[in-house]
Amino acid sequence: MILGIDVGGTHTDAVLVRNFQLVRKAKVLTNPANIMASLLEAAQHLISEDNMKDINRIVLSTTISTNAIVQDKISHVAMVLLSGPGLSPETLDLGQDVYFARGYVNHRGVPVKNVNSRQIAEISDDIAQKQIHNIGIVGKFSSRNPQQEIDTAELLQDHSRHISLGHTLSGQLNFPRRIATTYLNAAIHDIYQRFVRDVQKFIEKIGVEIPVYILKADGGTILIGKSMECPVQTIHSGPAAGIMGVLATARMKEDAVALDIGGTTTDISVFADGVPLLEPSGVAINGRKTLIRGLYTKSIGLGGDSVVKIENDRLIIGPQREGSAAALGGPFPTPTDAMIVEGIVDFGNRQKARDAIAPLARKLHLNVQEAAAAIVKKMASLISDHVRQILAEVNNKPVYTIHELLEGKIIQPKMLYVAGGPAAIAPFIAQNLGYPYSIPEHSEVSNALGVALARTTAEVTILADTEKRELIISEEGRVQSIPRSFALADAVEIGKTTLREKAAGMGARPEDIVMEVTESQEFNMVRDFYTTGKNIRVKVQIKPGLISAGAERVNHA
Amino acid sequence: MPKTLKKTGLIFFPAFDWAISPNHPEREERLLYTQDQVFEEGLLDFPNIVEYKPDIATYDDINRCHICVPNAQNLTTNSHLISAGGTITAAKKVLSKEVDNAFALVRPPGHHSMLVAHGARGFCNINIEAVMIEYIRHQFGVKRIAVVDTDCHHGDGTQDIYWNDPDVLCISIHQDGRTLYPGTGFPDDFGGPNALGATINVPLPPRTSDEGFLFVLDNVILPILEEFKPEIIINSAGQDNHYSDPITNMSFSAQGYALLNEKLAPDIAVLEGGYSIEKALPYVNVGIILAMAGLDFSQVREPDYDAQRIRQSPEITRLIEAEARNVMTLWKKKKNLKKQITGSAAYIRREKNIYYDTDNIWEKQTETVRVCDQCGGVVTIDSAADTGKRIYAVILPNRCCPECRVSGENFFNRMNSSQYHHVYFQDRQKDVFIVK
Repeated sequence: MILGIDVGGTHTDAVLVRNFQLVRKAKVLTNPANIMASLLEAAQHLISEDNMKDINRIVLSTTISTNAIVQDKISHVAMVLLSGPGLSPETLDLGQDVYFARGYVNHRGVPVKNVNSRQIAEISDDIAQKQIHNIGIVGKFSSRNPQQEIDTAELLQDHSRHISLGHTLSGQLNFPRRIATTYLNAAIHDIYQRFVRDVQKFIEKIGVEIPVYILKADGGTILIGKSMECPVQTIHSGPAAGIMGVLATARMKEDAVALDIGGTTTDISVFADGVPLLEPSGVAINGRKTLIRGLYTKSIGLGGDSVVKIENDRLIIGPQREGSAAALGGPFPTPTDAMIVEGIVDFGNRQKARDAIAPLARKLHLNVQEAAAAIVKKMASLISDHVRQILAEVNNKPVYTIHELLEGKIIQPKMLYVAGGPAAIAPFIAQNLGYPYSIPEHSEVSNALGVALARTTAEVTILADTEKRELIISEEGRVQSIPRSFALADAVEIGKTTLREKAAGMGARPEDIVMEVTESQEFNMVRDFYTTGKNIRVKVQIKPGLISAGAERVNHA
Repeated sequence: MPKTLKKTGLIFFPAFDWAISPNHPEREERLLYTQDQVFEEGLLDFPNIVEYKPDIATYDDINRCHICVPNAQNLTTNSHLISAGGTITAAKKVLSKEVDNAFALVRPPGHHSMLVAHGARGFCNINIEAVMIEYIRHQFGVKRIAVVDTDCHHGDGTQDIYWNDPDVLCISIHQDGRTLYPGTGFPDDFGGPNALGATINVPLPPRTSDEGFLFVLDNVILPILEEFKPEIIINSAGQDNHYSDPITNMSFSAQGYALLNEKLAPDIAVLEGGYSIEKALPYVNVGIILAMAGLDFSQVREPDYDAQRIRQSPEITRLIEAEARNVMTLWKKKKNLKKQITGSAAYIRREKNIYYDTDNIWEKQTETVRVCDQCGGVVTIDSAADTGKRIYAVILPNRCCPECRVSGENFFNRMNSSQYHHVYFQDRQKDVFIVK
């Protein structure tokens, strides 16, 4: 049995799941000042002396990292950058404690300038004087050769310091994003450590000894102990829970769009053959673009409680929210009020809803009923337009091979999944979009179900350069020599082996390690008209998805 | 120094699955390190740099500027349609004002492809700039266009396509043709009788460095552009003037390319050659993108950059200054040249021997243009290649006068096609293309 808990901004939801069946559920208010108390309260609703021994896995989503960043409750960080020439550092959005150090490697990972130990010693003294204990070290192209970051870390290391290294957080290229990612990782290190300790205390309190997992931004799980090395991967855990919730409740295999319609916003996500899409480069948080693998979601300022008004004889919905629907005592008419008047939903005070819409109706020269219908129609058409626009963007993403340009996958949704309070508007949106809709069951605890059933995800990036006779796996900080005859198939093999070990270390069960090669390219390197080697690039991932049904049953056989 | 930010469209299509042959300079790997550098610098995250997927050009797009033998279909693969399509995307985004300028960082290149194309020459099958220019004229009604070709090789294909067109100014700066393929592009190549001065060539001596290129920009290119007043400036941005290029002998740097681009301020740049794929292209391309977007490029430099080592000699400086004076003297008297050249002739004839190095084809061509004071003049071409194909073509210019139109239609209608494999009629004004 699995215990899944989703700590949301308003509610903390918990579910107990056996053989993919919901056994029990609970919903409590989140206490933002004491997340542990909320966790404990939600869990206590579900756990009893009797069922405790059956629980073999606990999975949590967490808002701790996101909140720390958004509310600026983060530690002071000193950044040491080995940037070399290129884009002017002044163009980057950097904090105050940034040190530009000598040393850089080029695009092939060849060192051009070495790290200067005397300079690093001076930087170290300065950091000590400022009493900064969290340090981030990032080199340009460090995912092509991590050695200079590692050397710099050795020079800066002392027991009182936590150091985050850029190359360990992602194998992708993008120096500014690597800086942001490393900075955030260092900045939330302390608060995340405290969170993990609290969770461990909570587990002790409920008195079971079972593995605890945390949901990452990419909708995959990681053992909580392991997550301490890379806390930044746990940002956006909440939105990821929402998308995994759709997967857990809908179990789709096709191209689809999912909407989570809330009070203030609607979150739109997209699935290709039943797999949620990932952000192409990485998620953004608080205006910072990172390299963190995360599920693709777009949030638009349209929800059930959005203010409806009229400007220049036209209906305007959102993006502001000024309280609940008028039917529930709120100050302004909202789409929810229109749905109540239309009889699409049945709650609150219908007369209050009518009264709130009446002034709008007069301005539009309609009766209240017609005005309500117009609001519902407008809301549906606005959401539909956003969905179409997002699909166009996704399908027009640049590609770099003729094959992909001509034969690349085009997402054509077959189903619209809708969750959230105002989900009853689904038929109107589906009619606009021209495909059917579905409102999955248990949608009130779907996030917690998603958390409970998510599998462990991971990715490794392999770069082999047979001219240099060197292979690099950036995220693992691994550099090894290879023979001249090394080929693409060898790289794929090493990628799979490494990924399997990595996933197992993160807590994946063998049955859940379903690997996929997302990139495999091999280029002849020709210098002065002679082939001097091969440049091989491979990416292998375990894509986001649910744990296998078999895996869970095996544990209960 | 704060600069004015511009919204720049980037059409990046490295065609990682296409090569002329495995060890050919024009191969899969060519833009690999450029992609690495562009990604690592995070250029695509700038709000004023927007990446677009290329369109796919149609055969109609190609038939607006080329006479392909036997047809456009046989002469192109998907890779050519996509790289030409990439230039069309760039043009669309700029002309619709979605962006301020755009860079089509695409391959394969095109500036050696001439009006009549029997095959590939200089790694080029179709002229991607010309496909774009005719698209711009056809779709957006733009009249005056300038192409500044900064590739190290003479832009002989673009020159050939617009030789008789007074509305398209083709300026090419390149390594002296006596020392490099294709061996042409001397200052007295000055345009057809009705388009004198619309073709400008500035050959530069080997080992010309930043100083020399920027001198020609300031003293030849910019003054001529100022006078020509194009609505659109296109940069055929070859990157083989770089000091590390393996098949040329120049000493230009990434800083130089970025400065040139900043001063020239092209509306659209199109990648042409450049085969120092590891030591030059990553830095040159980052420099050009930053310059186009109005971002600071002062820190961009190659790891092995040494200004002293590559600086041109005083002798080269003198040669360049003399050549610049020569070109400007010619430019100033362009209006008086026509009478001198045409005399009382009604038609002017050019005989050309064209070698297609990539496909190893020889072509013999006779081009005849009607001397006309109203338009670029109707052009007829008789072309025979050693592939055994012989063709005849009639080309009506973009802004065709009634007399040239009548003559052209008569030439086409009366032509007995029995001695030719095909007879073509290309009306650039009305966008009509007929083959018989």
